[in-house]
Amino acid sequence: MDDSQPTSHPAPETDAVIDVRDVHYAIDGRPIFAGLDVRVRRGLITAVMGPSGTGKTTLLRLITGQIYADRGQVSVFGREVADMGRAELFATRRRMGMLFQNGALLTDLTVFENVAFPVRERTNLPEPLIRNLVLTKLEAVGLRGAAQLMPAELSGGMARRVALARAIVMDPEMLIYDEPFVGLDPISLGVILRLIKQMNDALGITSVVVSHDVHEIATIADHSYLISEGRVVASGSPAQLAESDSATVHQFMTGSAEGPVRFHYPAADYATELLGVEKG
Amino acid sequence: MSNGSRQGVLEALRKAGVTALFFGRLLAACVPALARPRLIIAQIYNAGARSLIIIMLSGLFTGMVLGLQGYDLLQRFGATSALGTAAALSLLKELGPVLTALLFAGRAGTALTSEIGLMRATDQLTAMEVMAVDPMRHVAAPRFLGGLIALPLLTAIFIVIGLYGAQLVGVQMMGVDHGIFWSQMQSAIALKDVTEGVVKSVVFGAVLSLIAVNEGYHADPTAEGVGRATTRTVVASSVMTLLLDYVLTAAFL
Ligand SMILES: Nc1ncnc2c1ncn2[C@@H]1O[C@H](COP(=O)(O)OP(=O)(O)OP(=O)(O)O)[C@@H](O)[C@H]1O
Ligand SMILES: [Mg+2]
Repeated sequence: MDDSQPTSHPAPETDAVIDVRDVHYAIDGRPIFAGLDVRVRRGLITAVMGPSGTGKTTLLRLITGQIYADRGQVSVFGREVADMGRAELFATRRRMGMLFQNGALLTDLTVFENVAFPVRERTNLPEPLIRNLVLTKLEAVGLRGAAQLMPAELSGGMARRVALARAIVMDPEMLIYDEPFVGLDPISLGVILRLIKQMNDALGITSVVVSHDVHEIATIADHSYLISEGRVVASGSPAQLAESDSATVHQFMTGSAEGPVRFHYPAADYATELLGVEKG
Repeated sequence: MSNGSRQGVLEALRKAGVTALFFGRLLAACVPALARPRLIIAQIYNAGARSLIIIMLSGLFTGMVLGLQGYDLLQRFGATSALGTAAALSLLKELGPVLTALLFAGRAGTALTSEIGLMRATDQLTAMEVMAVDPMRHVAAPRFLGGLIALPLLTAIFIVIGLYGAQLVGVQMMGVDHGIFWSQMQSAIALKDVTEGVVKSVVFGAVLSLIAVNEGYHADPTAEGVGRATTRTVVASSVMTLLLDYVLTAAFL
């Protein structure tokens, strides 16, 4: 592909926490990935950007071992996901925290119990310690006061912040965020953005952030991938991407419907369909 | 065999296979789930305590109808003294287990299916997986065990209240002798009759809970998908209850 510049892969193989190599994946025969290469280096914030429906969430599902690649390798913490047994997969998942696109809070538990859930499931900490831990994380996302609310009583943005508190409560080595900024007001957005940066700076947590918010993510990402049509079309630091003369990158950064990235889901010819004529 | 019906048979076999596999996984998950009795107790409460009112009301009216109909029938033969026995036998062996099961399917089974289906649709089950918590162990098994334990308990309550209802009509309203009503019942009912009721209610508890949990767990992760799964739970539960009732009755004769 000619517009895959600027690409920089200075990453020595050893410090790659996630290594996705030449992955092919299809759903119901429709290819989602065709030769995807993504590397996430330890201690950095890596952004994965791309138009809606390109498979960003699918990539995260591959990384967390919910689905397996048809071809190619996905390795996490130096181990091939496909080779892991259930016990090893669970052990690997304990080292990461994930923020789901829609929060995915457990609806029958309070906000407090949702954040406490991973702690209770994985440790035998005494109650006062759990309380401290949970309240600290809720304070960090500004929702300590909402501890006794049920998820149904939260707005979408609040639910996302609670989900973030839950993702970080076990102090994972790696955090995966699926669209953390969608539906947040500018203040919460700033808070979450700083929180991601802070956890990365202070605790050295490796972060993978999936987002369409090109400009927000550019302020914190060390390295970005732009995915379109099943493969990486551009990667590099935010500055490198901004200076890119690739049409794809340019279209995505400026948000134009016209360009190499198709805005439309594959469909029959518009005029033909409007006229009600089936294509022979 | 036509092509369409062959497809239908294959599909039914496939579903049966999937359910059987799920049942195996569920049983395997029940063992570690026993280490968390609090989750199971919460589900006994959900499936049991919340169905209590409807079970008690239905039991009372079923018993009262038995009292009326039984009296009407028996007095034609001059045998109203057998009213207690007749009511107890019908409640213990048939009406108790079957009606409780049908009510359970409508009240608790649908709630189970839609709850688990919605958890699937809102990524809650996936979130547990990613948090390294097995949803089979944490969600499915406690609900299965809760239903399995709750249904026999509800059946027992249904029968007791039903007997009270029969007594209310037969003895208080129709004037059957109080002492004869109870003593006839006591001497005529054998342990085997009680066992039949217990076995039926336990089997119904297992099958209905399995159906409800299975449908919820495999529901399409959408609002319509959950709705369809809930309907399937009621239909499959009702048919299975009546079918198994016949099989078990035949087995006990
Ligand atoms: N369970 C599924 N069945 C069929 N197709 C699916 C399924 N899940 C995802 N897809 C398809 O896979 C493609 C990628 O989906 P995915 O959710 O990964 O996109 P995404 O990049 O995360 O989009 P968004 O930015 O909107 O979240 C979509 O085109 C979608 O239609
Ligand atoms: Mg997505």
